[in-house]
Amino acid sequence: MQVNEHKPLIVAFCCNWCSYAGADLAGNNRLNYPADVKIIRVPCSCRVNPMFILRAFQRGADGVIICGCHPGDCHYTSGNYYTRRRMAALFSMLDFLGIEKERTRVEWVSAAEGAKFAATMNDFVEQVTALGENKRLEDLRCKR
Amino acid sequence: MQRVGVFVCWCGSNIAGTVDVQAVSEALKSEPGVVFSANYQYMCSQAGQDMIKEAVKEHNLTGIVVCSCSPRMHEATFRKTAAAAGINPYMVEIANIREQCSWVHKDIATGTEKAIILGKAAIAKVNLNTPLTPGESPVTKRALVIGGGIAGIQTALDIADAGFPVDIVETKPTIGGKMAQLDKTFPTLDCAACILTPKMVDVAQNEKIRIFSYSEVSEIKGFVGNFDVTIKKNARYVKEDICTGCGACVEKCPMKKVPNEFNLGMDNRSAIYIPFAQAVPKVATIDPNACNMLKNGKCGLCARVCTAGAIDYTQKDEYINEKYGAIVVATGFNPISMDKFDEFAYNQSKDVITSLEFERLTNAAGPTAGHLERPSDGKSPKTIVFVQCVGSRCDACAEKGKEYCSKICCMYTAKHAMLTRDKYPDTEVYVFYIDVRTPGKNFDEFYRRAVEEYGVKYVKGMVGKVTPEGDKLKVQASDLIANKQLHIDADLVVLAAAIEPDKSARPLATMLTASMDTNDFFTEAHPKLRPVESPTAGVFLSGACQGPKDIPETVSQAGAAASKVIGLLAKDKLTGNPCVAHSNELMCNGCSSCEKVCAYGAITYENKEFRMPDRTTKIRRVAVVNPAVCQGCGACTVACPSGAMDLNGFASNQIMAEVDAICK
Repeated sequence: MQVNEHKPLIVAFCCNWCSYAGADLAGNNRLNYPADVKIIRVPCSCRVNPMFILRAFQRGADGVIICGCHPGDCHYTSGNYYTRRRMAALFSMLDFLGIEKERTRVEWVSAAEGAKFAATMNDFVEQVTALGENKRLEDLRCKR
Repeated sequence: MQRVGVFVCWCGSNIAGTVDVQAVSEALKSEPGVVFSANYQYMCSQAGQDMIKEAVKEHNLTGIVVCSCSPRMHEATFRKTAAAAGINPYMVEIANIREQCSWVHKDIATGTEKAIILGKAAIAKVNLNTPLTPGESPVTKRALVIGGGIAGIQTALDIADAGFPVDIVETKPTIGGKMAQLDKTFPTLDCAACILTPKMVDVAQNEKIRIFSYSEVSEIKGFVGNFDVTIKKNARYVKEDICTGCGACVEKCPMKKVPNEFNLGMDNRSAIYIPFAQAVPKVATIDPNACNMLKNGKCGLCARVCTAGAIDYTQKDEYINEKYGAIVVATGFNPISMDKFDEFAYNQSKDVITSLEFERLTNAAGPTAGHLERPSDGKSPKTIVFVQCVGSRCDACAEKGKEYCSKICCMYTAKHAMLTRDKYPDTEVYVFYIDVRTPGKNFDEFYRRAVEEYGVKYVKGMVGKVTPEGDKLKVQASDLIANKQLHIDADLVVLAAAIEPDKSARPLATMLTASMDTNDFFTEAHPKLRPVESPTAGVFLSGACQGPKDIPETVSQAGAAASKVIGLLAKDKLTGNPCVAHSNELMCNGCSSCEKVCAYGAITYENKEFRMPDRTTKIRRVAVVNPAVCQGCGACTVACPSGAMDLNGFASNQIMAEVDAICK
């Protein structure tokens, strides 16, 4: 029997128009994924400031995933393109900051893709669990 | 700190089945700001809403957190409840513990634990909420339609029918567009002029509609309900209000060798011209590049024969300023240039023509008065080869043609082939195709008739090469079904050229800050649910500027665009979405980063005077967001290097608070 198995903490930023609705659809279809995933609703994936992601890691999150509309389908026409570029830039600097790149991901989930949302979350949780606890950036002063 | 009330919903057993709602409401009681916490079977029911209203009164609540289903479901409901209870509707936050918790987790312990965390995040957020009031802006009750083809005409007529004034801006001297050049229309074969020209007359006679022909839009400012547009009326050197359209000047003009655009250069017109007999407005126009009087001051014949005295050689371009509440784009399409398709010998032989040229050749008002004659020698062709998909569905040759299907070519080619066989039964007609696509009411029946009743020879395969030889065109093609090469001696080759958006579309899209796809077609706000609106508020799309379309589809889209415009103009005031960006001008350094990422052009800059700590004043450039234009995506908030830009309802400190609450 495993004792003290680490349960990861995952923060998921979901855009209101596609991915948040995709997450709702996963719920409607009762598609299970781990409760470790906690969703924060944003109007568009381009609202996600890289600071939010670093803040989550600092406060002890083990993984952060950003979900938006598919390229070309953005409710705001071009927001997800900004996300793609900004996150590519941020992720390329993560190793330098001491966080494994694999703790982050950008994924496009449409409002019709409930199954994709659940599958993505299952996969991402598995990936982050394999990496273990995020100890490198976590700020102990923030720990209760 | 807010006085927060927490309301946990059971949703029958939907939530209560996997989440211990009692434990959730107990656990959230001790969160900062929470002064009241309760749970109930159905929060969204009348009894549940009354419970919220009573709690607001009793505990003097300033913020509400409802732990229930998705905000996409009932956020609006609970905002109304809040407003009815007397607090700002934007002081409500929803914790989604149904779709994103109880429905996806089976274990009560984990479900409850997650629901508590989601509740804490919502409480952390609502503590930082500020009351928001949607802005209001007035609506100018006048619409602008850009483009005077069938799309623009139908839109303008429908808007005017509802009682709103409309202006049409058309670059050509007459309205009518491409449809005016067509001969007959599929699948009913009624003549285009017979159904279009009465509509053109309706436009001219409608007192709600003004036509700016031979004009273009030169500047667009403003936003939904309040567009400020400059229209450039090009000098036509004829006084529009005086000219009667009698045509005496056209007859007398000595410069008769100007290629006639209306007949695609297949015959000539004079330097002063009326494009066609049913033109609206029926007013002559002088072509400044051809007129002797305008070029070197010698002639003046038209002024002498004009009994009305309408000719004015000194006329200048005129700029007109007008305000509009809504703008409809109806700029239409053009066939692509055949210059890059050397294999079809379009530039080498006059007898290789495009389908639109064929349309003019068979039109009774065309250059041959409707007799099908070869452009080179005037003989009647005995063998005609139609080539479909010239430049359409061309993924391997993107620099030459287009990747998309032009949609209308299959049907008009079937029409051309059928009409040819009907009028000249001894003519042999071949059609080469990749696929025949005929989805549409009575379309496939029409195509079957061309094949079965009229004996048009449809061959699956493409034409590889056309070589002019003597007075014949040697056509080399493959028959994919018989798997053999064909060699046909044709008299006339007709190319179904792909269609592309009009060249004026891109600069117009820039002026409108409306988005386009890679092919320069305007993008709709939603491909299925908002097909006639542009993502830019107040800009609507009509006809082929949005994608290839036939006439019935164009007319229905034109009507749909008109109804959206009427819906907008019927309002006296527009209520905006209060969740928009705003800039803290004390932090803004005027760097323009936010403006560059704004897809809506909502951000402008102003020079403002600031009092400095040493009591001097300083003028600084700062960003200003127009709340009526901003759609609230938040792209600018991340682009802003100084942190001056923030988004109402999704402020940085609110999202940070959510992150903190989840990560505790």
